[in-house]
Amino acid sequence: MTKTEAREVTLTLPSACELAMTRAFSAPALVLFEVWTKPEHVRKWYGVRSTTVTVCEIELRVGGAWRWVVTTPNGMEIAFSGEFLEIDPPHRLQRTERFEAVPGADSVVTLTFDEKDGQTMLTTHMLFPNRQQRDLCLKSGMEPGVKECYDNIDSILAAL
Amino acid sequence: MKRSVDPLSMILAALADPTRRAIVEKLSTGEATVNTLAEPLQMSLPGVSKHLKVLQKAGLVVQGRDAQRRPCRLNARRVREVAVWAERFRKNWEESFERLDEYLAEITKKEISK
Repeated sequence: MTKTEAREVTLTLPSACELAMTRAFSAPALVLFEVWTKPEHVRKWYGVRSTTVTVCEIELRVGGAWRWVVTTPNGMEIAFSGEFLEIDPPHRLQRTERFEAVPGADSVVTLTFDEKDGQTMLTTHMLFPNRQQRDLCLKSGMEPGVKECYDNIDSILAAL
Repeated sequence: MKRSVDPLSMILAALADPTRRAIVEKLSTGEATVNTLAEPLQMSLPGVSKHLKVLQKAGLVVQGRDAQRRPCRLNARRVREVAVWAERFRKNWEESFERLDEYLAEITKKEISK
């Protein structure tokens, strides 16, 4: 894989309660771990381009709380929060994640950073209490996306 | 509807492959034979058939019974059912991760120029 090549996010559903994504980055694991765990970094990249990170609190210790809020152009706030379960830089980061708009849909999110030849493969694994919650999470990604109407599937549906 | 295998997983697995996404896109313009599908993809017929089988298993594509042509078409309802929001979720993360790429390039450059 060359550095300029577009990198795809691979989404898989290992079981009815799980969701996993993998993506390669041209950065050492330590740098990638940092940009995930320091607010000044997270604010620069988290969320789709049309949104802005308006709140980013990270208390990086086991049991510490985190809360990230992104705001859409029409002022809608999308808030996520939870607490850290495991912090093992630069290999693993585990935290609970709550999509505040859907109470009771808490998931356990495990980030794994695998560095090889200067590239880091990031795996985001999400475990939900049940399938309904997982599917709700997938659906929740819809909202900001509605404004970004260049989706492949959209054109497929439009042509049907 | 109860199923033993998570249908969404099968659909996502089927759509994870760029060739299969190309087939789905082509079929979105109307039904097509295996021959017509193979041509722009520059693939052998068995190769395309293998991909079609995965798409059929996921319920995304159905193949007609006309013995001569056996045209393939999209199972529109199935696609609509789940693929939309799953793909959107993936795309949203893809966009966020592209921003992350750009940001990483930016901070790495700063580090070097120090």
